[in-house]
Amino acid sequence: MIRWVQLLGALFLEQLAFLGRMGLFFIYMIRGILRPPGKFRSVVKQIHFIGTKSFFVIGFTAAFTGMVLGLQGYYTLAKFGSEGLLGSGVALSLIRELGPVLSALMVTGRAGSAMVAEIGIMRIDEQIDALECMAIDPYAYLISPKFLASLVCLPLLTAYFDVVGIFGGYVIGVDLLGVSPGAYLSGVEKSVVWKDVYMGIVKSICFAVLMVWICTYKGFYTGVDEGNFGPEQVSRATTDAVVLSSVSILAMDYVVTSILL
Amino acid sequence: MGRSSLIEVCGLNSYYHKRQVLFDIRFGIQDTGITVIMGVSGCGKTTILRHLIGLKRTGPGEILVDGRDLGKFSEREMQGYRRRIGVLFQSGALFNSMTVSENIAVPLKVHTRLASETIHIMALIKLNLLGLTEFGGYMPSQLSGGMRKRAGLARALAMDPEILFVDEPSSGLDPITAAGLDRLILELRDALGMTIVVVTHELESAFRIADRLIVMDRGRILAAGSPEEIRASHNARVRQFLERTSDPRGVDPSGYLSRIVGSETMGSES
Repeated sequence: MIRWVQLLGALFLEQLAFLGRMGLFFIYMIRGILRPPGKFRSVVKQIHFIGTKSFFVIGFTAAFTGMVLGLQGYYTLAKFGSEGLLGSGVALSLIRELGPVLSALMVTGRAGSAMVAEIGIMRIDEQIDALECMAIDPYAYLISPKFLASLVCLPLLTAYFDVVGIFGGYVIGVDLLGVSPGAYLSGVEKSVVWKDVYMGIVKSICFAVLMVWICTYKGFYTGVDEGNFGPEQVSRATTDAVVLSSVSILAMDYVVTSILL
Repeated sequence: MGRSSLIEVCGLNSYYHKRQVLFDIRFGIQDTGITVIMGVSGCGKTTILRHLIGLKRTGPGEILVDGRDLGKFSEREMQGYRRRIGVLFQSGALFNSMTVSENIAVPLKVHTRLASETIHIMALIKLNLLGLTEFGGYMPSQLSGGMRKRAGLARALAMDPEILFVDEPSSGLDPITAAGLDRLILELRDALGMTIVVVTHELESAFRIADRLIVMDRGRILAAGSPEEIRASHNARVRQFLERTSDPRGVDPSGYLSRIVGSETMGSES
């Protein structure tokens, strides 16, 4: 019995230490924004990596998501004779929910995993130690530019996702299934209000913070707990970060929705 | 201490998780010359180096820099100290996404307000010093092991440090390249009057460059002194290390195989 209590206590303390270290990491990441070196060039570079290079995959995902929504939505609404509401259904689903969540998940899979691997390799190859020994703040140099770039990119990618998705729904609903184009577009225009767009923006910003925080943290502390700086630690950190980020994004989605609805 | 010590290690103990890896380490680093910390793999020499460069700050004991404990330095003081030092890591620790020139320029870009043309020229000077003039545009992955170390050394020297720390300069290198790197370290001492601390397990390299040697074993200092003093040491573990024997009593390692083969043969015969 005492052994079980000890194990439970040790697990609790371990999790508490993990949360404390994550909290400190977040503070250093924010503080790094204001510290030298200047970040303009590195932020632009990261925007290119996180944003521009995700353009195709986000567009592709958005188009098919919108098309599926158009298809499913049409046959569901047809049961009630409400095909004219297809535009509203597709637009609201995308702007409020699917756009921010799927964009964040896709960016996590593409850019977040690359962040973990890049920083993790720097950790095991002593490059982060080298930065510290050159009196360069590794948070300001490595982490903060990624954070700023994600804050810029994710809301924009989400907006792009929404537009492409609505167009995908249009192609299926209007061109394939014969819904009136006027009904589809006016449905989009009438049903979407500022609150929906605002919710999407808030969600995408929250997801960007979560994704960068978790992915850079996991990369930064690759192998530190184990005291083992081998390549297998990088792959483990990458898997952990992507899984944890994805689950956290879904949980955060519920929290933000429940607060903003 | 006859000569002034730039860094003084006083009773340093260190732990990895709960395991103690350094025991009451005491030595001084004089303000000129090359101090070599040597010992077998896992004896704690890299841990000492990590303490000296401020990457590891736990454990009882003090490291005095200009009379002040490094472990109690504020963040600002630590930044100031690190601007005075250069570190060559065992792997070179070059940034893989940058060319060799860009690697050398990193500290200059961050810590100075020099124009990019000036920084480029300064990087070229360091490359020239290390014999890498033609390789400034190469990516680290395109360099050999020895060249990567030299490039790492060029970056460590970018800010003209007062003290240079070098971790295992010859490990993984062929004897000729290793000797070349040792010559380079000696040139740095003679030309720039730099204080250099080298951590190595290579005997030839250690005796080639050292002004002062510290021999470590299992987290403790076994002996410290000039190379001549270390050579004359009667400490069994030091002799074992110097003579490369597997037993402190001085058994010839070349007889190891024949002893095993001999005993196996005897076993099968009986």
